Amino acid sequence: MTTQQESPVSAVISIQVENESGALARVIGLFSGRGYNIESLTVAAVDETRRQSRINIVTTATQRVLEQIRAQVERLVPVYRVSVMTAADPHVAREMALVKVIASGERRADALRIAQAFRAHPVDASATSFVFELTGATDKLDAFIDLMRPLGLAEVSRTGVAAIARGAAIL
Amino acid sequence: MNAASHQTDLKPHAAGTDTTVLSGAEVLLRVLVEQGVEVIFGYPGGAVLPIYDALFRQNAIRHVLVRHEQAAVHAAEAYARSTGRVGVVLVTSGPGATNTVTGLLDAMLDSIPVVCFSGQVGVPLIGTDAFQEADTTGITRPATKYNYLVRRPEDVAPCVHEAFHIARSGRPGPVLVDLPKNLMVGPASYSDAPRVPHPSYHPQTEPGRDVIARAVAAMKGARRPLFYTGGGIINAGPEASTALRRLVEKTGFPCTSTLMGLGAMPAGDRRFLGMLGMHGTYEANMATHGCDVLIALGSRFDDRVTGRLDAFSPGSFKIHADIDPSQINKIVPVDVGIVGDARRVIEMMLEEWDCTPANTRQPIDVAQWWHQISEWRKIDSLGFSQDMAPDAIIRPQYAIRRLHELATATGRDTYVSTEVGQHQMWAAQHFGFSKPNRWLTSGGLGTMGYGLPAAVGAQVAHPDALVIDIAGEASTLMNIQELSTIAQYRLPVKVFILNNQYMGMVRQWQELLHDSRYSESYSAALPDFVKLAESFHGRGLRATCVGELDGVIADMLAHPGPVVADICVAQDENCYPMIPSGAAHNQMLLGPDQDDEISAEGRMLV
Repeated sequence: MTTQQESPVSAVISIQVENESGALARVIGLFSGRGYNIESLTVAAVDETRRQSRINIVTTATQRVLEQIRAQVERLVPVYRVSVMTAADPHVAREMALVKVIASGERRADALRIAQAFRAHPVDASATSFVFELTGATDKLDAFIDLMRPLGLAEVSRTGVAAIARGAAIL
Repeated sequence: MNAASHQTDLKPHAAGTDTTVLSGAEVLLRVLVEQGVEVIFGYPGGAVLPIYDALFRQNAIRHVLVRHEQAAVHAAEAYARSTGRVGVVLVTSGPGATNTVTGLLDAMLDSIPVVCFSGQVGVPLIGTDAFQEADTTGITRPATKYNYLVRRPEDVAPCVHEAFHIARSGRPGPVLVDLPKNLMVGPASYSDAPRVPHPSYHPQTEPGRDVIARAVAAMKGARRPLFYTGGGIINAGPEASTALRRLVEKTGFPCTSTLMGLGAMPAGDRRFLGMLGMHGTYEANMATHGCDVLIALGSRFDDRVTGRLDAFSPGSFKIHADIDPSQINKIVPVDVGIVGDARRVIEMMLEEWDCTPANTRQPIDVAQWWHQISEWRKIDSLGFSQDMAPDAIIRPQYAIRRLHELATATGRDTYVSTEVGQHQMWAAQHFGFSKPNRWLTSGGLGTMGYGLPAAVGAQVAHPDALVIDIAGEASTLMNIQELSTIAQYRLPVKVFILNNQYMGMVRQWQELLHDSRYSESYSAALPDFVKLAESFHGRGLRATCVGELDGVIADMLAHPGPVVADICVAQDENCYPMIPSGAAHNQMLLGPDQDDEISAEGRMLV
């Protein structure tokens, strides 16, 4: 019963914190200190008047560990609320990537065509390069980046996931 | 120089924000007075000079000068543990602050309310690698419940008020406030404690009625119930222990306790099975293994308690009440989780027990359970044989038994601190505690060197009580400088050293797990503890054989000042019973003759 292996699932942990010095360090220190994995991390102020920020952390863990992460994060003093969103919880999760491709001739044309299919916008272009901006689910970004690789992929900058529950439910 | 002429008035004023211009240091001290602080354990230095100057010019708060900042925290922990109040520490920046880290983490793991004030270089110098600068909030973040770097003078008072609130409320713990020097020198305004201390901090203390009802329903149907209580009961105040005793009496259930919970139930109570876990009693561990309803109150399924997890209390219905929601289902999945203060949980269980119908089949079943427990008790797992010839070697268990008997005979209120290791376990096993808050030990972190400064803190809090540090010769050397603090304040602390010339627990594990290769565990070049005591203006005593033991203990107890008693005990004694690493509760080693091979997996465990 106690050591039963559940299969790990991917989850977004959304954390509403007091926008104070050290709050982010407390959260990520908890993750590294207790051996939880961080696959991506976003943080920004979301309510200036009430001095609140939102942290989104993507992690992979068993349901029991996810519950433990929730409880451990919740007890941090500057944390208001925590929500753990897995595939079972209706939510929207998006990230943005800036993808630089250096190519010319046929490969340049291919890159542009694929970008159109992915609704990636060229936000910068030079004679030899493009920077594409692409927003979507993580796997869509992964697929786009994979397709760009043989076409001259030079550099990627990703924001990490921002997530929010579907419907009227709020954190 | 006439200090009185510089006195600062720190007395509480009428409510509201006072417009009188004080220095930051004066504001700090005024908040401390408001918070009811009477004693600070500390050590001065450059960054806290303004605070020490303000301390010099007031009489409301007493300062106890320790000889190392780690000791200041342990003293404050013991002060807190033995009084139920918040312990207060004041240290300087840099090394002063980093020296507190072990103490802070110790307080964190044992849930002890401590507020530590550290000096910091002035705000303009932060980040410049200034003299004695350290990123103190960064270093102590995982070692505290919460910490602050105060950056503005107007934040001094609210932060300090809030620090006390956070330290003592919910699951108690250490809070550090880092105070830049310029804020302490410059003007600051005093303000009262904020009505909403921290907008995101709301610990739950009141348990839900529904989960209490489910727990009590399971308890009423239990055939083989067991209470497993921990340090949370002690933290919930003496009333929680009183309520626990009533609950145990009313239900007729047996009760075991963790190391940190000792004293909540009287050691001599017929329903108390002694401590459970790695060095717990046979009956406590067998009952934990065999019970059908386990009621965990203010305990956290520590690995020293559970042993092999997949064999821990198999098949029992588990109820777990804790003030910290993250403890529930952390290690052991439970059937009913209750979040709340231990005292409220127990009081509500008592109410619920009275207002629900009794289960008719239960009394007979529980009687059979008690019969089983009495059979286990007959094993006498704490038993040992002491050769009573006057020149016989003293066995450490016997020394603690005699210490307990002779200390009890004095009729004095007695506080016991310990260091960490075999002597700590023997003290837990053989020194019977009848009241809460009298047992001061480092449970979670296992900090060698805890006991002597803890004795300082306890004696400062209870000047007329008998305070004994049950020590090992290796541990006590880790903070031996506190003999100087003891001398300065004429604290009549009794240091009772069970001297076996080994780091006993290390030696024991090397014997059991590493084929008796005693790598670096021999206490070579020990000082002469009698002369050491004398050099620190105390009394030194030594017992080398059974015939000398009672006389030494009696002299120690009768002496009005500090005493170091060097009790030379058997060197090869191991602490039993023992659940070896990686074993289950029903696989205890009861003594040296039982030679069970410890698995490779077990050797990897701490």
